[in-house]
Amino acid sequence: MNRIEVENLNVYFEEAHILKDNNIKIPKNTVTSLIGPSGCGKSTFIRTLNRMNDLISGFRKEGSIFFDGKEIYEPDVDVVELRKKVGMVFQKPNPFPKSILDNVAYGLKVHGINDKDVVEERVEESLKSAALWDEVKDKLDKSAMGLSGGQQQRLCIARTIAIEPEVILMDEPCSALDPISTTKIEDLIHKLKKEYTIVIVTHNMQQATRVSKHTAFFLHGEIVEIGRTDKLFMEPEDKRTEDYITGRFG
Amino acid sequence: MNNRLEEYLIEKGLFITAISSILIILLIITFIFIEGFPAIESYGVLNFVFGSTWAPLKGEFGVLTMIVGTLGITFLALALAVPLSLLCAIFMAEIAPSSMRRILKPVIETLAAIPSVVYGFFGLIVLVPLMREQFGGTGFSMLTASVILMVMILPTIISVSEDALRSIPYEYKEASLALGATQWQTIKNVIFPAAIPGVITGIILGMGRAIGETLAVIMVAGNVTQFPSSVLDPVRALTSNIAIEMGYATGMHYNALFGTAIVLFFMIIFLLVLANYFHYKKKVVIGGGYL
Ligand SMILES: Nc1ncnc2c1ncn2[C@@H]1O[C@H](COP(=O)(O)OP(=O)(O)OP(=O)(O)O)[C@@H](O)[C@H]1O
Ligand SMILES: [Mg+2]
Repeated sequence: MNRIEVENLNVYFEEAHILKDNNIKIPKNTVTSLIGPSGCGKSTFIRTLNRMNDLISGFRKEGSIFFDGKEIYEPDVDVVELRKKVGMVFQKPNPFPKSILDNVAYGLKVHGINDKDVVEERVEESLKSAALWDEVKDKLDKSAMGLSGGQQQRLCIARTIAIEPEVILMDEPCSALDPISTTKIEDLIHKLKKEYTIVIVTHNMQQATRVSKHTAFFLHGEIVEIGRTDKLFMEPEDKRTEDYITGRFG
Repeated sequence: MNNRLEEYLIEKGLFITAISSILIILLIITFIFIEGFPAIESYGVLNFVFGSTWAPLKGEFGVLTMIVGTLGITFLALALAVPLSLLCAIFMAEIAPSSMRRILKPVIETLAAIPSVVYGFFGLIVLVPLMREQFGGTGFSMLTASVILMVMILPTIISVSEDALRSIPYEYKEASLALGATQWQTIKNVIFPAAIPGVITGIILGMGRAIGETLAVIMVAGNVTQFPSSVLDPVRALTSNIAIEMGYATGMHYNALFGTAIVLFFMIIFLLVLANYFHYKKKVVIGGGYL
């Protein structure tokens, strides 16, 4: 079953044609990697999936995006509800300038969950799933700004899973992290894929092979090739994919 | 060689400029203390600060009514101005379309540049009669002065708070929205709290202007040296006291006016220290991550 289906998606910023005829199906409880050179539209693509691009003036799209069979750009769709179901982790860790506890509890609060016991339990659960609990359990009331970059990114993941979305979009979640933190986040992705559908943008092709079942290769806003990760890397069908993964252009 | 000489001259030049402006301030302060201290000393510090009768002809120099006047006018003005300016700043920073903001911002900043006598005149001609009709009495009152001051400090607080709100990284906003928060929840829970140190700076600046404002206050406050029993009673501010009586004061009376300035000086220092303390505390709590 497909959680997300994108059909003939075209995205424009003002006059610039950023995404061209994208078609992609993302099955439930799998990890899908998006790879491609800088500026090819990967971020634009995943930001279209939770309608974050709505904030950008001049954004315009054609085509359809279905989430569980429902077109998410229909006028009757509640964007707030959608974003609750389609969570996002950004490239740069962006915790709020609040305590660690408040960061994770934030999503719960805005969705009306205020019961102290429930909040504390969910915070602990989420921090455990994000492999951060042991490092922060004694300083939950300290500012999140005092954490290391890797810890901050895991905190952002914890914050996202605290509201129990169905899809997690990750835009280069490891680009600012050292190898150890990266490994931790990859382990986390393996754990999370049992319950969540994950779409991850990455510049690291080893990472794509390690974590994802499917991979899509973007070039100049087009999806050149999409398929099983092992196949795409071992025997790419398109010459351009082969050139990219063998590092022949960039 | 030439370059190093140039560096040297620029460095020293900047140093001298900085030092001389500090020296000038110190000189003024010293002068105020020399002129004002005899009055305070001969009348007694406690009598001067906590005495409630100001009768220069009888040699009575208690400024407490005016301390109350200044504090009353200032805090009432802040109480009126802060909520209004914060809502206005939030509107401009987060809600207004950029075309509207491009007009609003310069207009509001121009308001800050209007001379205080103009505001005072407006108060005298429009606000005082209005107050008289609405609430009775003479119309000259603490409330009237506070309303005029409110209008005068609005632009400062709005403008500084708006800058503070706009300097909050876009990432916070994105993070909040991506978690399914509404725009208003995002403003209330993330953007505004992160901007509080900057907002406090704006309030401090507004407060400074309100305490120091003399002319507009003289024109509408009634200037009676009594304790007000309500906001509709006339009051006299410390600044007004100096400006009103300096023209004809001699001898001890003259010194007592400088004494008034000393009291004002300490009051401002006290309020600034207090405000900066809150500012600092807030910054520490937030963890320095708000910029
Ligand atoms: N807010 C915007 N307004 C106008 N154009 C934009 C905006 N954001 C991105 N673009 C353009 O869209 C194109 C795709 O950008 P995008 O950020 O999606 O690339 P990317 O594949 O994520 O690159 P990277 O790997 O460097 O993150 C770029 O040409 C960029 O200039
Ligand atoms: Mg990107």
